[in-house]
Amino acid sequence: MSANFYYGVEVFLNGLMTGVMYSLVALGFVLIFKASGIFNYAQGVMALFAALTLVGFQNGQIPFAHLINAIFGTDLHHFGWQMPTFLAIFFTLLVMILFAYIVEKYVLQHLVNQEPIILFMATIGLAYFMEGFGDLMWGSDVKKMDVGIPQGGNLWLEESTAFLGGEDFFGFYVDNLDIWAAIFAAILVTSLVMFSQYTKTGRALRAVADDHQAALSVGISLRTIWVIVWSISGFVALVAGIMWGSKSGVQFSLSLIALKALPVLMLGGFTSIPGAIIGGLIVGVGEKMFEFLIGAPFLGGATENWFAYMLALLFLVFRPQGLFGEKIIERV
Amino acid sequence: MKLTKIAAVLAVTTLVATPAMADLVFPSLSYRTGPYGANGIPFADGYSDYFTLVNERDNGIGGEKAKVVECETGYNTEKGVECYESTKSMGALVYQPLSTGITYQLIPKVTADGIPLHSMGYGRTSAANGKVFSNIFNYPANYWNGASIAINHILKENGGDVKGKKITLLYHNSAYGKEPIRTLEELSKKHGFKLTLIPVDHPGQEQKSQWLQIRREKPDNVIMWGWGVMNQVAIQEASNIRYPMDKFIGIWWSGSENDVIPAGDAAHGYKALGMHAVGSDFPVFDDIKKYVVDAGKAAGAGDQVGTVLYNRGMYAAMLAVEAVKTAQALHNTKAITPAMMRDGMEALDITDAKMAALGMAGFGPSFKVTCENHGGPGLGMVTQWDAKAKKWNQISEYGPSDATVINALIAEDSAAFAKENKIEERCN
Repeated sequence: MSANFYYGVEVFLNGLMTGVMYSLVALGFVLIFKASGIFNYAQGVMALFAALTLVGFQNGQIPFAHLINAIFGTDLHHFGWQMPTFLAIFFTLLVMILFAYIVEKYVLQHLVNQEPIILFMATIGLAYFMEGFGDLMWGSDVKKMDVGIPQGGNLWLEESTAFLGGEDFFGFYVDNLDIWAAIFAAILVTSLVMFSQYTKTGRALRAVADDHQAALSVGISLRTIWVIVWSISGFVALVAGIMWGSKSGVQFSLSLIALKALPVLMLGGFTSIPGAIIGGLIVGVGEKMFEFLIGAPFLGGATENWFAYMLALLFLVFRPQGLFGEKIIERV
Repeated sequence: MKLTKIAAVLAVTTLVATPAMADLVFPSLSYRTGPYGANGIPFADGYSDYFTLVNERDNGIGGEKAKVVECETGYNTEKGVECYESTKSMGALVYQPLSTGITYQLIPKVTADGIPLHSMGYGRTSAANGKVFSNIFNYPANYWNGASIAINHILKENGGDVKGKKITLLYHNSAYGKEPIRTLEELSKKHGFKLTLIPVDHPGQEQKSQWLQIRREKPDNVIMWGWGVMNQVAIQEASNIRYPMDKFIGIWWSGSENDVIPAGDAAHGYKALGMHAVGSDFPVFDDIKKYVVDAGKAAGAGDQVGTVLYNRGMYAAMLAVEAVKTAQALHNTKAITPAMMRDGMEALDITDAKMAALGMAGFGPSFKVTCENHGGPGLGMVTQWDAKAKKWNQISEYGPSDATVINALIAEDSAAFAKENKIEERCN
């Protein structure tokens, strides 16, 4: 086989890995949409906020330091300690749970039984609020994300496959961070599926997802379920924030990763957890292979963004609910 | 009665919000929010703090106080144009949009309104031709100078011969990122290197395909034309594929602390071009600390002083202040108009003595603006990131760009613009 063939395989592998990264973002959307019918526009900002909070805790940053200094004329910035990563993750999770509670109490509770578009608009407002709040709380400088996940090409894989394609082939390149992302995604999806299948709360979640009214009639608290779902979604956002933040640093453009999740959702369906994974893999492999085979050699490159959306649009034509989404028939 | 009260409150608010007529007004089309906010903040802080320094230390410019009017653009072209429309009637003397997209939109507007625009190291490169672009200035250096200076640096590293070498341009797939392509194509013909163009779509968070291509093709050098998150991801990906950092060189918009810090030690050795000095080892920073930061009058938290983009904002403000002084002397009046400001910018003469007097000796090159040349001398230098010390070091002297190639391109592009817009050449 020629080196080009193996490079094609390498691009395919990296497409799968990139797809997993997209799926991590898409999962958060699916969880909230499935349980409440809300398309959460703020999911990308939640990932940003979670990552900012995690790095802030790790570095012992004083929240709202600039605001405090501006009001009281102080010069506070850091507590002077470094928090261990696991402790910082734990405290970040607590913040995300608190955030879920506040969102339910001050936003969603007042919008029960409103049209989906109203709820969607509320999440747009929430996104802008959170972005500004995160800025005020942790500052807007670019921060390094370091939770100990190794980065860089996997040397073992490179060296053990370097013989495959002759002199022009340097072995398969796969980023260690992507491998870890795939492992975390697998654990996350398995845990989520087991949680929803085998726990009482999980069954309540599924009941709410199936029919709000029926769930309410058997005594399931919609408010509690929403807090739980937004908390889980906050946890997923934290995982996505860690992975994407490790690549680019923690900065406000992190919220734009939501754009990468949209074609994944259109493909996999808005209500399916496995759909988010499969959709991510299809988009990741599709865009990378298209760029490798057609985009870069014939179209000047940078085809990935539009290819993902074109692929999703094609799916919409033939299967509007996505690969695994529920077909919704509304009677007038 | 109620309406009268509301009208009175509105009138008072308007009076307070609008600068006094005697103020010299400098709109700052800044971006402190959004995906590019991390870069917009230090520039806006530096730009504003220098005017505050001049007000506090020198009692204004020639006795007239400077007033900075900030308008948030979010690095969005439409918002930038809205900012222009909402601030131009305040007596705006010069615009500094910090965005190539906004600059392109404002070129016809400022020309029609008679207000000068300074796109320092960005914007439309051919605006350097003052014969066509009467109100646009892009001194001291432009994108095409940058492209040529990068190639000059590579030439120097290779003993003056890059024939057969592979050089890749990794660029932001936008008007900004595409600016150097023509110049690099011309330089490729002249020096015989093979140029590969690799675009990255906005915002540039995902660059796996691009860096796999670079890994396959093994270019001898990579030149980057990025902004915002694209820079950080590119530097991290370069480190991931073990691309030698000293062969990776960014334009001056890809060379701030924000770009290298997220990659940590992996960014060590990365290079970037510069059009002004790095660091805070200049007397002017002592004055900024004394009169602005310690006095609680800094535009931001005061924690950006001395960073690359803060320095750039401060440098842009200094050039604006010197242009005001020139205009005041030319027209023998303190309260200058935008038209007088334009004259001042066109007659700007930055000498070493002037820079030393400002506490900025060696901070930037000396240069003189003329009616024909709004682009300055096109000098640039190379900086390199020291990850351990967490600072940029200047590793070359200010050097010239390839005027034979660049001047021809400027003449060609500006002539096309003049023909399209029926502009008669001036300065004859």
